[in-house]
Amino acid sequence: MKFEHYGIGIAKGLTVTIRHLFRHPVTVQHPEQRLNTSRRIRGNELVWSRDRCTGCATCAKTCPQGVIQIVTSVDLVGNKYEVAKYEVDTGYCISCGLCVESCPYGALFMGYAYERAKYRRNELVQGKEDMMLESGKKQPSGYFYPEIARELPRQTLLVERITEKA
Amino acid sequence: MMLKTEPFVLNIGPVHPSTHGVFRMRATLDGEVIIGLEPVFGYLHRGIEKLAEERTYGGVIPLTDRLDYLASMSNNLAYVLAVEKLAGISVPERAQYLRVIMAELQRIAAFLIAVGAFINDCGAFFTPFLYMFREREKIVDLFEMVSGQRLLYNYMRIGGLSQDVPDEFFPALDRFVRQMPAFIGEYERLLKENEILLARAKGVGILSQEKAVNCSMSGPVLRASGVKWDIRKVDPYLVYDRFEFDVPTGSVGDCYDRYRVRIEEIRQSLRIIKQAMEQIPSGAVKSDVPHLIHPPAGEAYAHIEAPKGELGFYLVSDNSIAPYRCHVRAPSLMNLTTLREMIIGWKIQDAIIIFGSIDITMGEVDR
Amino acid sequence: MIANFGLDLERYWSALPPELPPDWPGGFWWHWLVFTIIIIAFVLGLVMGFIWLERRGMARMQARLGPNRVGPLGLLQPVADAIKVLLKEDIVPDKADKIVHWLAPVVAFAPVLMIFAVIPFQNGALLADLNIGILYVVAISSVSTLGIFMAGWASSNKYSLLAAMRDVAAVVSYEIPVVLALVGVVLLAGSLSLNEIVKAQQIPFILLQPLGFLLFFIGGSAEINRSPFDLLEADSELVAGFHTEFSGMKFAMFYLAEYAEALFLSAIIATLFLAGWRGPLLPPWLWFLIKIIGVFFVIIWIRTTVPRVRIDQLMALAWKFLFPLALINLIITAIQVLAWPEALPWAMIPVNIAIMATLVLLWSKLFKLGWGRVEV
Ligand code: SF4
Ligand code: SF4
Repeated sequence: MKFEHYGIGIAKGLTVTIRHLFRHPVTVQHPEQRLNTSRRIRGNELVWSRDRCTGCATCAKTCPQGVIQIVTSVDLVGNKYEVAKYEVDTGYCISCGLCVESCPYGALFMGYAYERAKYRRNELVQGKEDMMLESGKKQPSGYFYPEIARELPRQTLLVERITEKA
Repeated sequence: MMLKTEPFVLNIGPVHPSTHGVFRMRATLDGEVIIGLEPVFGYLHRGIEKLAEERTYGGVIPLTDRLDYLASMSNNLAYVLAVEKLAGISVPERAQYLRVIMAELQRIAAFLIAVGAFINDCGAFFTPFLYMFREREKIVDLFEMVSGQRLLYNYMRIGGLSQDVPDEFFPALDRFVRQMPAFIGEYERLLKENEILLARAKGVGILSQEKAVNCSMSGPVLRASGVKWDIRKVDPYLVYDRFEFDVPTGSVGDCYDRYRVRIEEIRQSLRIIKQAMEQIPSGAVKSDVPHLIHPPAGEAYAHIEAPKGELGFYLVSDNSIAPYRCHVRAPSLMNLTTLREMIIGWKIQDAIIIFGSIDITMGEVDR
Repeated sequence: MIANFGLDLERYWSALPPELPPDWPGGFWWHWLVFTIIIIAFVLGLVMGFIWLERRGMARMQARLGPNRVGPLGLLQPVADAIKVLLKEDIVPDKADKIVHWLAPVVAFAPVLMIFAVIPFQNGALLADLNIGILYVVAISSVSTLGIFMAGWASSNKYSLLAAMRDVAAVVSYEIPVVLALVGVVLLAGSLSLNEIVKAQQIPFILLQPLGFLLFFIGGSAEINRSPFDLLEADSELVAGFHTEFSGMKFAMFYLAEYAEALFLSAIIATLFLAGWRGPLLPPWLWFLIKIIGVFFVIIWIRTTVPRVRIDQLMALAWKFLFPLALINLIITAIQVLAWPEALPWAMIPVNIAIMATLVLLWSKLFKLGWGRVEV
């Protein structure tokens, strides 16, 4: 006669839960403790290089949401397009990164920052100055640009943080 | 004296803790027993199939993320396979291996959620759920590393992948694969023989083999009913024919079998990942595909074994830059069709766990 | 040396602290006032502590941290929650039975406080040393069910009503095995007064009555609706059960009542099975506190681990498992008390544990939990 279902399964479960009492919790308390995000993070802003952009508007055509607006004028002296307006409504942007991948001149980057909550919708619109790489205020992420990724801090991984054997 | 009794109608959902999104069940109850059930869905309809007709072939990929948001990689994969079939694009070997690794990791992550949420529906106070989220977190970390986001990965591209994986990916994956079996062991210890879970799930919500096949069920739900059917075996895509793995099946087709099948699937996926890590060649991860493609007029259907079942994309092209028609064969919706059969006659509490054991994502049901 | 040590231990154990006079600190009204204050402070304080303990302890068992922001280690979190809840708007559903809806939380909470009148914190330190203490406890504890049923009925919400029906069904069937399990203790102690029972425990009754303890623990958890029998607030099925439609202060009362009931169960178990305030070295009230917290920790631990049972399984467990075993336990205890009164203490411990193991093993073979599908 085989004895089963007399409570042994529950007892086994109880040992599992009590063992967790003596393990380190996984929780990270956000504002004080921060994990490094991925080097390729697709943050919720875009970073744009004025110097490299030619105003070809490939990014605007690729964007599935159609949130990139470019107005260009012809610069006859320099024999190129002058970008008069470059605007991204990040409220509509789904951070898909397709624009960054499509830019033929390497002028567009995903942003490394991910905390851009605003009180009003129209504050989410990024203008030219706000997203300019040259202003030095914006950190581009390494998405699609391995050379930038190499410079960024290493991502914290849970597999490496959890060392206990189960 | 006979008491006069009458059945009453209880609306479960659309806002209810256990309807996995915004599903609604209109249940007719006789006491606690469900004698009638009318599933109502459509609360999360976003018109993704229609939107796809307005976008370029490449631009649809981020949309597919939003179908089954717990298995974005699988959705990406099914879609790009369909486009590649339509346009006759070949994919480099390394990309195929990486796709397999990503798809299998995604399966593990989705099964972890499925099992965790199922046990939660059974009434466990979040413990298994949180344990399983911990393991899923490790997978999500890996996905974040390769694609830059944690939920909507948008990683596959037509003709390959968006970028190669970074150098630190394989060491981390290796660590994960070595750690995982011990954690599965822990879940087994916590749940497998738990008398209450056995009492709750064994023999509950039985779906017969015949009915499962007739209702075109797929995935773990079908396999739990004892049908050995796995798209990776019967119609291998990518490089699945090079790996050795088993197709776990259940015997009865009850909730417990469905839970067991999912846990076994995690083990098999780990096996596949291990083999893929050994075999993976180096090289490019994307073939030379222009941004805008014009597939020749025609139609194509590609299907994969997604965590929920057979996920298929049916595309019709009219030689323009956007699909003329895009249809998703969503496993969640198909698997829901037998819900009434399974639930009627059981109690409310069983209804919740039967529903949980099918494991659906509303994003995919309503699209 | 070792023999001496054993003797010392025995002396420590059996030496009773001096009994407080029944009208301590002098005068009926003083006694009444002091103990009412003590009981209210004790219940409210410990309930806050329990809420904290449950949230933190459970979080740690789930690999989380739990609330740790308000006060050191998050100790003030229950206070912050209480303030938040009190400031909330009181929403009464339109179709609700207003008076019953208003009355329900009070009916649920008041009896729980009353139970503590007969629980001894120290030798003789209790509000009223009733000679029918256990009967009083059993009688009063089932009154709060009325409050829950009133809540379910008055909310005019189907989920609440289902929860209330479940609760009534559960309490009606669980009362029987619980009382039968208690009778074993009464037989051993020879008194119904809780203080006398504690005094009678030369050996904690958990060792002499292991089966009774098991039955009482299971039945008691079911009666106070703790996991795995928390069917009436089954959050995955019934949203929040009977208190779905309650908010603000009324919700706080239910919340308090729920934890006060857990406290009452822990206190009763500590008193009846773990020798109450008795213990070496430490002061008696501290022993009592430690035992209560220990029992409550086990309750939390179980809640963290197990899923919930189904309603028919709950009934099956009461009638097919607890009830017969409680009867058998009663008979065995009676035989032991009558036939071998002198052999009782030490020899009976292994025998009773063996009996418990055999019975539980046998019953696990004999009965099937629940009925399954109903043809419709
Ligand atoms: S990230 Fe995507 S949605 Fe956002 S601007 Fe670029 S292409 Fe458009
Ligand atoms: S694709 Fe690049 S270069 Fe062209 S407009 Fe956009 S950012 Fe400028």
